[in-house]
Amino acid sequence: MLEARELAIGYGRQAIGTGLGLSVGPGDILCLLGPNGCGKTTLFRTLLGLLPALSGHILLGGKPMSRQSRTEIARRIAYVPQAHAPPFPFEALDIVLMGRTARLGAFAQPGTADRAAAREAMERLGIGDLAHRDYSRLSGGQRQLVLIARALAQETPLIVMDEPTASLDFGNQAHVLAQIDALARSASAEGRGVILSTHDPDQAFALNARALLMHDGRMRADGPARDVLTDAVLSEVYGIPVSVETTGSGRRVCLPSLARPAAPPKESFASGGDI
Amino acid sequence: MGRGTTAKIGLRRPALTLTGGLVLGLAMLAFGAVMIGPYGLTPGQTLAALLGAGDAQAQIVVWNIRLPRVVAALVVGAALTAAGASYQALFRNPLVSPDILGVSAGAGLGAVAGIFLSLPVAAIQASAFVGGMAAVGVVTLVASMVRNTDRTLTLVLIGVVIGALAGAATSLLKVMADPYDQLPAITFWLLGSLAAITAEDILPALPMVLAGLVPLALLRWRINVLSLGDEEARALGVEAGRTRLLVIVAATLITASVTALAGVVGWVGLVIPHIARMLVGPGFGRLLPTSVLIGAGYLLIVDTLARTIAQAEVPLGILTAVIGAPFFVWLLARGRQGWS
Repeated sequence: MLEARELAIGYGRQAIGTGLGLSVGPGDILCLLGPNGCGKTTLFRTLLGLLPALSGHILLGGKPMSRQSRTEIARRIAYVPQAHAPPFPFEALDIVLMGRTARLGAFAQPGTADRAAAREAMERLGIGDLAHRDYSRLSGGQRQLVLIARALAQETPLIVMDEPTASLDFGNQAHVLAQIDALARSASAEGRGVILSTHDPDQAFALNARALLMHDGRMRADGPARDVLTDAVLSEVYGIPVSVETTGSGRRVCLPSLARPAAPPKESFASGGDI
Repeated sequence: MGRGTTAKIGLRRPALTLTGGLVLGLAMLAFGAVMIGPYGLTPGQTLAALLGAGDAQAQIVVWNIRLPRVVAALVVGAALTAAGASYQALFRNPLVSPDILGVSAGAGLGAVAGIFLSLPVAAIQASAFVGGMAAVGVVTLVASMVRNTDRTLTLVLIGVVIGALAGAATSLLKVMADPYDQLPAITFWLLGSLAAITAEDILPALPMVLAGLVPLALLRWRINVLSLGDEEARALGVEAGRTRLLVIVAATLITASVTALAGVVGWVGLVIPHIARMLVGPGFGRLLPTSVLIGAGYLLIVDTLARTIAQAEVPLGILTAVIGAPFFVWLLARGRQGWS
């Protein structure tokens, strides 16, 4: 569905990452990990076609991304940004309806079928009762679910989520992760490909995902989470001692050591925000 | 599904009632405004004159003096509010007014240059229109040359810069103008007024305003999506740059046309969309018609006050500021969070 090869990403002439490659098909969950400032957000913007790649190829639905219109891209990839507050008090249903835009003519308004699709997407995530609530007054977790519902209403084979569990409480994190798992691996044939970024390696284990570990603009590890996310790699990339352990139920968890490190972790303090 | 249908009807019916009520109220306001004035008319006389019957003098007052002015007030109010609502959605900021990109400053400079050169009225209006369009044209051109990822912020900042430059040029012309003849005309124009309006002035502005309103009405859904910001709008399938340019051209066309007609009338395009948003919510499909109707009625009331509360005409811009500013503070005080 989405395939990127030998990708160089960045702004202007300054490359933030080089030699990046990935591919996602139906039912795949790809978990992108890496310290702050390693280029995750830039990679996402490039994969969504919002930022031109400096070099390399991105094939979306078998066609080069650079030759597709915004509408074509939006029918293949949906984007779930981090929960935000828009300046105007739209109803949650309106926000979900905006996912239908790529299926409408330039001058058209969403119709009955679009409303039905939007409602169905909300019901599926269990937030049907939020339809007529003011989106800007919902909690962070509710907003994140509304944005995921919007991606569902967009009916794309692929969904890209930027830190979908950031700013969510413990319970909501688990709820959102369960929904992501269901999206990709639902019993019916419509399994979608999901790419998500996260700061928590445990989520890659929990989702049994394929993990991509980015470090200094390169892919440091790429493969099934339980194979590639090892003590050694995580310790090196995050700059703190990490030990991966297996719980009684056979699930893996990742335990950072709280022993005071000799020096602060390199990346997380050096860089101000996401680039 | 059944629940969805009832909810939809439940939404639509009050919307129709509201629009119908606003149209009816507007018609009554307009009729009242035609009656009111130094040459007082009874409702019967007014109705007869409107139908082309009755007293000859009443007919002249109604058709040559009152009606052009009432129509002008309706058009100017509707136009400024439509442009304001569009810019607020586009720039994702409820504090934005139609002159955010320098259209008023440019139109002001154009008109002042026309007065300074002692051009005829029609040429002054044309010069104001060209000035307004040119200012926004320069702003979008310069903004497209600046490399910055935040397109809207760049536009707004360049708008401030070009507006300041046009303001400086206007001040220079005021210093150089004839203080007895030209300066009062300049000052009066910059404060906005419909005192000298004739039917011939309105006719060329009407198609321009319509030409601007049509694309705004057609793009109503895309304008909603744009108000989520560029990045998200593009990810949802909207060519954000192209759509934004189209909205800017349409809103500027509207604003420049009526500013050429009425001078600089502030606050209307800033305040009225808020009231409309309180009534029907932020969805542009309903916000636009509601804004237009309320804006038209509001400016008609203000203009009728402007010509009746004192012996001399009170400039429109002064009244809209005196009414608009405190109202705006009230809006802010009762306001919601998130005026980002």
